Order: sequence, then C-alpha cells, then structure tokens
Amino acid sequence: MALIKTENLTLSYENMTVIKDMSFEVNSGDYLCIVGENGSGKSTLVKALLSLKKPVDGSITFGDGLLRREIGYLPQQTNAQRDFPASVSEVVISGCLNSRGIRPFYSPREREIAAENMERLGITELKKRSYRDLSGGQQQRVLLARALCATKKLLLLDEPVSGLDPMVTAELYELISSINKSGVTVIMVTHDMSAALNYASHVLCMTEDNWFFGSLDDFVASDAAAFMKGGAVRG
Amino acid sequence: MGEIIAEMFSAPVLVRALIVGVLVSLCAALLGVSLVLKRYSMIGDGLSHVGFGALAVATVMNLAPMAVAIPVVILAAFLLLRLSSNGKIKGDAAIALISTSALAIGVMAVSMSSGMNVDINSYLFGSIISVSGGDVVISVILALAVLLMFVFFYTKIFAITFDESFAKATGTNANLYNMLIALLTAVTIVIGMRLMGSMLISSLIIFPALCSMRVFRSFKSVTICSAVISVATFVIGMFISYIADTPCGASIVCVNIVFFVIFFVIGAVMSRSRKA
Ligand SMILES: Nc1ncnc2c1ncn2[C@@H]1O[C@H](COP(=O)(O)OP(=O)(O)O)[C@@H](O)[C@H]1O
Ligand SMILES: [Mg+2]
Repeated sequence: MALIKTENLTLSYENMTVIKDMSFEVNSGDYLCIVGENGSGKSTLVKALLSLKKPVDGSITFGDGLLRREIGYLPQQTNAQRDFPASVSEVVISGCLNSRGIRPFYSPREREIAAENMERLGITELKKRSYRDLSGGQQQRVLLARALCATKKLLLLDEPVSGLDPMVTAELYELISSINKSGVTVIMVTHDMSAALNYASHVLCMTEDNWFFGSLDDFVASDAAAFMKGGAVRG
Repeated sequence: MGEIIAEMFSAPVLVRALIVGVLVSLCAALLGVSLVLKRYSMIGDGLSHVGFGALAVATVMNLAPMAVAIPVVILAAFLLLRLSSNGKIKGDAAIALISTSALAIGVMAVSMSSGMNVDINSYLFGSIISVSGGDVVISVILALAVLLMFVFFYTKIFAITFDESFAKATGTNANLYNMLIALLTAVTIVIGMRLMGSMLISSLIIFPALCSMRVFRSFKSVTICSAVISVATFVIGMFISYIADTPCGASIVCVNIVFFVIFFVIGAVMSRSRKA
C-alpha cells in the first residue's frame, strides 16, 4: 500500500481553485520533488498533506501505518522566526512534541532523540548557541533536525534551500539525500530543477492550470520537463 | 532603609498591594514573552482599555467590578485573537477600534454618574488603595492558575510561539493554546489593572520581555529573566512610590524604562564583543 495517495484532489481559497483533480502516490522510500512556478500551489498542496488545509474535493489517504502527526515538516520560513531567542537544543527538541500527551516536561528518551538528530546533522557543537545567531544554512539544519525528531517515516520540505548560497545548498541536498537513503521518505518542494533531476525518484511538476506526475525517467521524457527547462522556472 | 521597609510591611494596604503586584508581575512577564514574540503585544494594550470600560460601567451600575470585568475582557481577548489571525480587518486597526470604543464607553459611563464617587484617575493610572481583601484572594487564586498552566504547558507554548505552522502540522492544537494564552492574559490584565491602572498595565507585559531579549538568547533564559525583572521592577517601583509619594503604576513603569536602557546597553556591548 502507498504511504500517501491523493485521488482527484481539489484545493481552493474561497472561490479560486489552486489545484484541480490531482492524483498521485508516494511509496515508502520515495524521494518526490514538487517543482513548479511561483503561485502554482506547491505550498498549498503541502498544507493539504499536513491536514492544515481541507480539500474541497477528492481525498488524501495515508497508508503503511503513517499517522498524520508523524510527518516531519520544514516550513517555508517566516521573518518572525529569524530573530527568535531560542537555543538550538530548544528548537530541535520541540520536534518531539507530537509523540507525547500533555506531560509537562521532556523525558530523557526525548532528549536522547534530539541529541541523536543533532549528531546526525552535525550541529551538536551548536546546541547551546542561539538560533538567531546562526547562518541561514545552520538554521535550516536545525529545522531539519527538529523535523527528524517528529518522524521516522516522512519528511515534507517546503523550499529548504531558498536564500542559501550554492555551497550550502549542495551540502543540504546531500544531507537530505542521505536521510532518504536511510529509509525516510522525502517530499521536497523546490524551485531548483537540477536538484530534482539529481536526487528525485519521482517528480510532481505543477503549472498554473495543469500538473504532471511520474517517475524521474518519465518526467525527463515528458513535455513537462521540456517546458520547465524552457525557462518557466524562476528562483 | 530597614525601617522604611518594616514600616511598609506594617501597613495592610501596602502588604496587599505587594502580594497582588508580585503575582501579577510574574504572570504578565511569563505571558509577555510569548505575546511579544508572536507580535501580539498590542492585544495586551487593547485588553486593558476594554478592562477600563468594563470596570467603569460595573461601578456605575453598582455591580461587582471583577465579576463584570473578567468575563468581558476574556471575551474581548478571544475576539481580538480572531481578528488578528484571520486578517479580514487588519489586526492593529481592529485593536485600536475596540480599545478606543471601550475607553469612550467607560468615560461616558463615569461622566453620566457625576453624583457618584467614582475616581476616574485611579482607574486610569491605578491606586494601591483600590486593592481590597477580596481582590487579594481572587488574585492569588488566578495568579497561581496562570503560573501552573504556564509551567504545565511550557513546551507547547514554546512550540506555538516559535513556529505555529510546524506545531499545528505535528498535531499540537495551536488554536487551543492561543486561546489559553489569550485567556490567561485577559485575567492577568484585569487583576493588575486596579494597581497599575489601565493605561499602564500593558507595560508589565512588554517591558520585561523586551529587556531580557536584549541580553539573553534562549527561550528558557529569556522567560526566567523576564520573571525576575518583572518582580524586581515592581518591588523597586513600589518602594520608590512609597518614599517619594509618587503614583505606584507610573513609578513602576519608570523603573522599567531604566532597566530597559541598562539591558539595551549590556546587549549592545555583548553583541559588539561577540563580533570582535
Ligand atoms: N492564505 C491564502 N489565501 C488566499 N489565497 C492564497 C493563500 N495562500 C496562497 N494563496 C494563493 O494560492 C496560489 C498558490 O499559492 P502557493 O501554494 O503559496 O504557491 P507556491 O507555493 O507554489 O508558490 C497563489 O495564487 C496564492 O496567491
Ligand atoms: Mg510556496
């Protein structure tokens, strides 16, 4: 059974339809890249997958025992966060909140999970530092570690590299790819066509009024790829 | 110095004011960190104006002031939260609309009852004499409730303050906790208003958080430091007000201003030495 399956999914804001009749499947271990122009509805789709937005029509079903709150999410960043006084370890461990009831403090087990994920992303030595003093790339690593605390199965990343320089971007892509190889399914929204071509196993390509879904090979052979390479993608 | 303190503690009015004030300062500072970081500090200001209106109307109609003000301010808090988050009317405009309306209604109520002995000055700028024995009991209970809830839900409050969409996505009921924060803020403002005055109470929410954010860099240290600053500035302010015979609320805010300047300078020096 698929990890996530959408059938005839339609999403809209008030009376403007953003996504119409979209159907696709993500299986465990896949690396799905969602590419497309600004305003084509990528973030809206991400919100629907997180159940933050209700479909107008169609359905999203989770399989393989995936629970809705077991998705590790890396949001498109807001400005308010950038100057937030929080230590790295406070941010990372807040990813553990989903697996707990209303107990007031974090358990030793949760601290361990946070420590493991900081180690995995190479930010252990930053753990006492303040989030707002970190570089953009370091901040994204922290948020990725937090997302990993929330999940063992599925990462959902909304433009994780926007605003980062090419070196840091490449590092982050490698990191995400290695997380995927360790068995975590990845769904990543990106503007960056070359990343999709390098890392993805599947591609969902969205334009104003149409979409394409298929494996990487199908995508490369399709009209959609030609269209996107034709300059429709802007960072 | 020792004598003055002993003298202060022998006056029941002052002891009552101190108890209520310390508790309210603590609650306001804790909630303030979250409100300031979520860019909701104006909500505190709006609520205090609504509190003034409710108090004035209750007094004029001869109703128990707290019993009227608490539910009215809680309702206003939910309303303001909704308005700020759904964006139909701009949040700040909505707050200005509601607070000036409440202020006007309060002033009308007071002026229409000119025969009565209503001291509008003490509503606006606070007075320690207005803190009754009943207020102390209510304040202690409510303040303990605020503190307990804050400690109990600390991790959740951090999560929704730092990143509401992530918290929601991983199953935290952010709306519920936002409402909880609004509720606790409303209660804190009503209790503190008698002492600080409705014009000045929101300073207790904003100043300590802004001070500690200049110097401290983790959520926990900012929270703890805010609580300490808040209680310290309150006690110092009360003391000054007693010795210099100045209004209590204004004295406390002035101490806060001094603290802010000090923290600002420390923060500037620290960030310079970090860069060097
Ligand atoms: N909260 C909202 N209310 C109304 N319209 C929105 C909202 N968020 C996004 N939109 C609109 O929906 C469309 C898709 O937006 P979005 O999903 O953010 O696109 P993308 O992430 O692909 O750039 C855009 O036309 C945008 O203006
Ligand atoms: Mg987007």
